[in-house]
Amino acid sequence: MFEKVFQGSPRYFAWVGALLVMMALAGIFYLQQLQTGLGITGLGRDVTWGFYIAQLTFLVGVAASAVMVVLPYYLHNYKAFGKMTVLGEFLAVSACTMCLLFVVVDIGSPQRALNLFFHPTPNSILFWDAVVINGYLMINALVTRVSLVAERKGEAPPKWIKPVIYLSIPWAVSIHTVTAFLYAGLGARPFWLTAILAPRFLASAFASGPSFLILLLFALKKFGNYDVGKEPILKLAQIVTYGMLINVFFVAMEMFTAFYSGNHHHTIPFQYLFVGIDEHNALVPWMWTSTVMAIVALVLLLNPKTRNDFKILPWACVLVFAAIWIDKGMGMVVTGFIPNPVGHITEYMPTLPELMISLGIYAFGFLMITVFYKIYLGVRETTH
Amino acid sequence: MHDAGKIILGLAVFVGVSAFPIWYNVAFGKGAYTVELEPPPNGAKQCVAETANGYMRAEHMHILDEWRNIVVREGKRPKVTVAGKDYDYSLSKTCMDCHSNKEKFCDSCHTPAGVAPMCWDCHVAPEGK
Amino acid sequence: MRHDRRKFFGNAAVGAVAVTAGPALTSCAETGHYEPGKGGTRWAMVVDLRKCAEHEDCRACTDACHKKHNVPDFGDNILHEIKWIWKEHKFDHVFPSYLNHPLPARVGKKPVLVLCNHCDNPPCVRVCPTKATWRREDGIVMMDWHRCIGCRYCVVACPYGSRSFNWVNPRPHVKEITNGFPTRMKGVVEKCTLCEERILHNRLPACVEACPHGALVFGNLEDPNSEVAKIVATEFTIRRKPDLGTEPEVYYVV
Repeated sequence: MFEKVFQGSPRYFAWVGALLVMMALAGIFYLQQLQTGLGITGLGRDVTWGFYIAQLTFLVGVAASAVMVVLPYYLHNYKAFGKMTVLGEFLAVSACTMCLLFVVVDIGSPQRALNLFFHPTPNSILFWDAVVINGYLMINALVTRVSLVAERKGEAPPKWIKPVIYLSIPWAVSIHTVTAFLYAGLGARPFWLTAILAPRFLASAFASGPSFLILLLFALKKFGNYDVGKEPILKLAQIVTYGMLINVFFVAMEMFTAFYSGNHHHTIPFQYLFVGIDEHNALVPWMWTSTVMAIVALVLLLNPKTRNDFKILPWACVLVFAAIWIDKGMGMVVTGFIPNPVGHITEYMPTLPELMISLGIYAFGFLMITVFYKIYLGVRETTH
Repeated sequence: MHDAGKIILGLAVFVGVSAFPIWYNVAFGKGAYTVELEPPPNGAKQCVAETANGYMRAEHMHILDEWRNIVVREGKRPKVTVAGKDYDYSLSKTCMDCHSNKEKFCDSCHTPAGVAPMCWDCHVAPEGK
Repeated sequence: MRHDRRKFFGNAAVGAVAVTAGPALTSCAETGHYEPGKGGTRWAMVVDLRKCAEHEDCRACTDACHKKHNVPDFGDNILHEIKWIWKEHKFDHVFPSYLNHPLPARVGKKPVLVLCNHCDNPPCVRVCPTKATWRREDGIVMMDWHRCIGCRYCVVACPYGSRSFNWVNPRPHVKEITNGFPTRMKGVVEKCTLCEERILHNRLPACVEACPHGALVFGNLEDPNSEVAKIVATEFTIRRKPDLGTEPEVYYVV
C-alpha cells in the first residue's frame, strides 16, 4: 500500500516538496529554540502559554471530530458515511500527531519529556491529556490500518475491530473534555474557570473538524478523483451548522453571565478581547474578524440554499474554521493570562521562529494526511 | 527478491554511515584513548566510595542520583564520612572539593568518551579550576 | 515480504505499548492537601506590612534571596524576568478583594512584599505532571530541578504569579555566583523554596535574616509558642486570595 505514496502527478510531488521544505525550515528554527531556549518565542513570565498551546487546543478539536463521522455510521447505520469513516480517522491521526508535536516544542526541557511516563501523576490533567491523546492516536491508527488491509483483501474487517471503533466514540469526547479540563479547573485564571468550557470546546470541535473534513473531501474530488457523493457532504454541512450554532450560543451565554453580573473577573477578559484595556488591544482586530466570519458563516450555513451549494459551502467552511481557530486558539489561551495574577497586563504576539516552527508542524500534519489519503485512494482504486 | 541491487546498495550505505564512528576511529588509530585523571590537588587519598577496580568509574552517576533523591526529594541532608571527616551529599561541595579541576578530572574522561552530562548547567564547578 | 513487514511493525507497536503501560498504571500521587491542627511542623511566614511599608525603597530581602540563590537579573527584560520575592506596587492588586475599596494611604499607596505562599492546598502541585514540585510534610512546596520538564503548567496554575520560567540560559545573567547553591538551567521553572537548605540547619530564611526592620517573621505555625503562631493568634492578618481554597501560609499584618 505504501508504495502508492511514491507515484503521482507532478502537482502531487510539488505539493509534497513544498511541505518538506516548510518542515526543513521549521527544523532549523527548532534547532535554534533547542539551543537558545523558549526565549526566542514571544512568551514571557506573564503570558506563559501562547501560540503553540493554542494550536494544540484547536487541533484536539479537529481530531475529536472524526467521531462525527464514526458515530452516525457505526451506531446509527448511516450508510452515506461509509466511504468516509477512514478519511475522518486518518484526519484524527494527523491532528493528534500535530497536537503531540506542539506539546513537544512547547516544553522547556524536551529531553525530559518521558518523565511524563516515568513518573505518572494521576492528579495532573496534563498527564491524562498525554494519555488520552496518545490513546486516541493509537486507536485510530489501528482502526485505519485494519480497515485498509481488509479493504485491500476485499474482505470485511475482523470482528474484534468493532469494539475498538465503539471505544473511539467516547474516547473522542474524552480527548476534548480532558483538554478543556486543563483550563477549566484553575482558580488562578477566572476567564477559564467556567463549567461551560468543555461543552464549548466540544461544540466548536464539531464545527471546525467536519468543516475541515468537507474541505478535504472537495480537495479529494478535485485532485484525487475521489467522489464521496453529495449526501455525506450535505450531512456534514448540517453537523457543522449545528455545531457552530451551539458554539456561538455558548459564547453568548458566557457573555451574559459576565456582563449581567458585572463581575470584574469575567468582564475584564471580554473587554480586553473586544475593546481593549487602555493601550492593550492587540487581539481586538482578531476577535472582531472572528466574530464577523462566524456570523457570515452562520448566515450561509443556516440557509439551505447556500449551505447545499457546493460553490458556496467551501467558503462557509473556511470561515467557520478560521473563526474558531482565532477564538479557540489565541483568543482563549492568551486571554487567560490577562490580567496576570497581580493585575498587570502583558500582551503577547508570536515571533517569527515561533510561527515558522508551527508552520512546519502543520506542514508535517498535512504531509501525513496527503500520504494517508494517497494510500487510501490507491487501495480504493485497486479494489473498485 | 525484487530490486535486489538497490536494496543491497542501500543496506551497504546505511551500514557504512551508521557505523562511521567505529570504522573511522579504527582506521585512523583513534580507537584507543587513555584517560589521565588528575589526583585530588588537595592531596586526599580516600574517596566517598572505593575507587579500586573501576568501582567509582562505573558507579559515580548512580551514587550522585541516590544523593540527589535523598537531598532533594526526601529533604534529608545526611553526611558521608571519609577519613574521619564528614561531608555533605553534594557534587559541588564534596566531590569537587577534592576534584576541584573539572577539566583535568571530570572532562578528561567524559570528553573522549563522548559523554556530556548536564550537571554543570546548574551545579557550580569550583572557581579557579 | 510485505506481510512480514506489516507483522514486524505490528509487533513493535504492541511491544512499545507493553513497556510503557506498566509504570503508567502504578502511581498514585500526593496532591499535597493538608489539614491544620495535626501537630508536627508547618512552616509559615508573617509579613508585617506596617513595618515594611515605611521603607518603600528597601530591597534587602530581595537582594539577599536573589544573591544567595543565584537568581539571574535580566534588567529591563520583563518577559524573561525571574524573581522569587519582590515588592508589588498596588495593595489592591495583591489583595483583589480590596479592589476599588477606599484604603488609608499608609496601606493603599505602599508596596506589598510578595513571594510563594507555600500553600497547604497548592494548585501548582496538583497540576504538575511529573511531581517535579510537591508539598513536603513540613509545608514547604519544593522544586526538583532535575525532573522538571518545563511545561509551565504550575506557572499557569499559581494564582499568585510566584513562579518564573527560565526562558534562556540564566548563567550569564547571574551577576555574582554564590558557591554552595546551584544555578538553574534553561527550560525549568523555579521559585522560592523557603530556604529549606538553611532551615534544616536551624537558620532563618535569607530574606527574614536580611530584613533590617524586623518586618519578616518565620516559624512553625503548629508550635503555639512560636512567634508566627502568636502573631496569627493575636493580630488581624490577611492572606492572598483566600477564597480560592489554596490555604496560603504567608500572613500579612496590615
